[in-house]
Amino acid sequence: MIPGVDGFIYPNEVELQWGLLVVLYPYITGLVAGAFILASLERVFKVEAVRPTYRLALLTALAFLLVAPLPLQLHLGHPERSLEMYLTPHRSSAMAMFGFVYLWYLMVVLLLEIWLEYRADIVRLAQTTTGWQRLVYKLLTLGSENVSPEARRIDDKVSYIVTVIGIPSAFLLHGYVGFIFGSIKANPWWSSPLMPIVFLFSAMVSGIAAVLALYMAFMKVKKMPLDMGCLDTIAKYLFYTFVIDFSLEMLDLVQRTYEADESFRTLDFMVHTRLWGSQVILQICVGTLLPLALLAANQLCRFSVSRRKAMYLAASLLTMMGIFAMRWNVVIGGQLFSKSFLGYTTYKVGFAAREGLLSAIGLMALPFIIVVVLVKLLPPWAEGKPSENAVG
Amino acid sequence: MLLGGLVVFLAIRAVVVPKDFGKFGHYRPGALETISARSIAYAGHEQCLQCHDQEAKVHGGGMHAKVSCETCHGPLAKHTDDPTANVPKLPDVANLCRRCHEKDAAKPKGFHQVDTLAHSQGMLCNSCHQPHNPQL
Amino acid sequence: MDLSRRDIFKIGGKLLLLASAGATLEEILGAAPPSEAYRMADHWWGMIIDIDKCIGCGSCVRACAQENQVPAGFFRTWVERYQVEEGKQPLVDSPNGAMDGFPPSKRTDLKSFFVPKLCNQCASSPCVQVCPVGATFVSPDGVVLVDETYCLGCRYCVQACPYGCRYLHPQKRTVDKCTLCYHRITKGLTTACCENCPTGARQLVDFKNPEDPVHEFLRNNKVEVLKPYMATGAKVYYKDLDGAVR
Repeated sequence: MIPGVDGFIYPNEVELQWGLLVVLYPYITGLVAGAFILASLERVFKVEAVRPTYRLALLTALAFLLVAPLPLQLHLGHPERSLEMYLTPHRSSAMAMFGFVYLWYLMVVLLLEIWLEYRADIVRLAQTTTGWQRLVYKLLTLGSENVSPEARRIDDKVSYIVTVIGIPSAFLLHGYVGFIFGSIKANPWWSSPLMPIVFLFSAMVSGIAAVLALYMAFMKVKKMPLDMGCLDTIAKYLFYTFVIDFSLEMLDLVQRTYEADESFRTLDFMVHTRLWGSQVILQICVGTLLPLALLAANQLCRFSVSRRKAMYLAASLLTMMGIFAMRWNVVIGGQLFSKSFLGYTTYKVGFAAREGLLSAIGLMALPFIIVVVLVKLLPPWAEGKPSENAVG
Repeated sequence: MLLGGLVVFLAIRAVVVPKDFGKFGHYRPGALETISARSIAYAGHEQCLQCHDQEAKVHGGGMHAKVSCETCHGPLAKHTDDPTANVPKLPDVANLCRRCHEKDAAKPKGFHQVDTLAHSQGMLCNSCHQPHNPQL
Repeated sequence: MDLSRRDIFKIGGKLLLLASAGATLEEILGAAPPSEAYRMADHWWGMIIDIDKCIGCGSCVRACAQENQVPAGFFRTWVERYQVEEGKQPLVDSPNGAMDGFPPSKRTDLKSFFVPKLCNQCASSPCVQVCPVGATFVSPDGVVLVDETYCLGCRYCVQACPYGCRYLHPQKRTVDKCTLCYHRITKGLTTACCENCPTGARQLVDFKNPEDPVHEFLRNNKVEVLKPYMATGAKVYYKDLDGAVR
């Protein structure tokens, strides 16, 4: 009797191969895609209300994108060989192709867009600061100090194009992660054409929620007035995106239950037992239905400013937890049941191990630290300047 | 800047990736040689026949004729390399015979199987059966 | 007799000529014939397994572990025991992969049998398809192998294999699996598992060899591969495989 194993599993299935760090990875790239989509709302879809969060969304996306490869590196048996994915990519492998999507997104979309957006500020800061800060800003100008109206017009045009390319790129960035799971015919919990779409929408939800929470946090810390019009708009988009995401996930569940194919019995049992807490309680009830209720309430009734702030903050934090639970349920859930459909194993998270809890906490904390550094380096808001809809 | 990055990348690629990568498919052909060159642990029963023709004669005429020598005697490639230096241990009869011949519902009906405790009352199997030619 | 220097050279030269002629002759006639170089294009490997012959002794599992230094707790091959009761899910077990055989079956009234399992050496292998770098591949002679020096240890292939035959080697931190004893079959030997199977339930086959018994076997018997709906092009054929087998 192997501890943690119920029923029959293939002998090599006892140990889970993709653990906590592989759960973290789609979560982080999801936040990137979501934050970027929020930023693109302003630039491409001209939703002026969310302008105050445009720069913050970009910086958030960058911070998370920089951290994204780290959980994977820790997870690999031989991280020193990871360059092979770029040197000899196997074209039939979604994972290999993803390496290029990541690189494309980082270099051509995100970094370029941030540079174009901040160029005027960088040039100004290069001229006004001293010491090592001056050096940093001078480097960031990349040699171009032309901030004439003509140059700025070109910047805006290019930035618009980059954002337009960036939206499908963001879709590709996270859709690909969904495809990496969705294309595995050996695993019925993963194998589904819906997987990339579900991943993408849940990514958007988590990203928007993250920017919302960060915006509120930064305004509080900097003691700057909060733009309620912006906040209300973000919450509205969060609500609608979440409705779509939830519908997609329910569609998957309902279809599975209705079709009841060979795998259904074992998966159903798994959800009712091993995955009950993380899927039904955490992901669905607390992580989806509750924030949806909070957000829906704000679409139906008008609450006071302080009430709204509390509800939005709660909703976004619950959402972020719920989407993490979703990633957990997909990745871990897909490995808890045996491919023989006759048994289950257990996942034990180590604490101080390479792929353990401590590493995960560190990796999740890192992007927030980076975003604080980025916000200091490239301030999203001119200090002390209140915007029209600002409230204390 | 991008072009510079591309040049560096191609340079690294030329150095790190073996020239014949992709010759037979998307992999390093050198791997085939490396894997083929692994050491062998089981010599194969034909090797045993070259020296042990007496045992082979007895074995070849009995019910165990199709059972390879190393199935009971363990991996013996080291022994064929240097017979006097690597003398194989005799198999543990108590457990060895039981593994195949203990009666079990899942074993094919035509296969010789007994409830060993009832059959031998605790005596070792080779008290009565000659392992190379076990019929009585 | 007085040997002049000239004479010494004459005799020495003749002796040398004779010696070299003799050596060449020995090489042509007396030396061992040159070994037949293994040509990958001449072979397309697979295996046939006869369920009705398997006695669940686990000799194959032990042999494989010894031959290939398989780490404890992981399996390149294993045997499963099925006990099938009418109208119920089958009772399946594989204690330590059947390394020490099986404890006696508790029920004697059920349809029960053993199923040896290993890598199916799929021709359209899903594990090869997903490898991001080309560390696992199908060799030109039909064996799915792993390049230890190239594998990243990402375990995507482990997820993609429908049969559960891959694992991460705990020390090497690369993926490992049955190699069909490639190091043996390329030297004219059979696999360690087939060599040590006492009943001949497992047999290595070469589809490209017209004299191989596999052709008659496939023609005369009802055979199946595991999970045929996965369309993996599995090359391990089971005779008399029961529908209850997963």
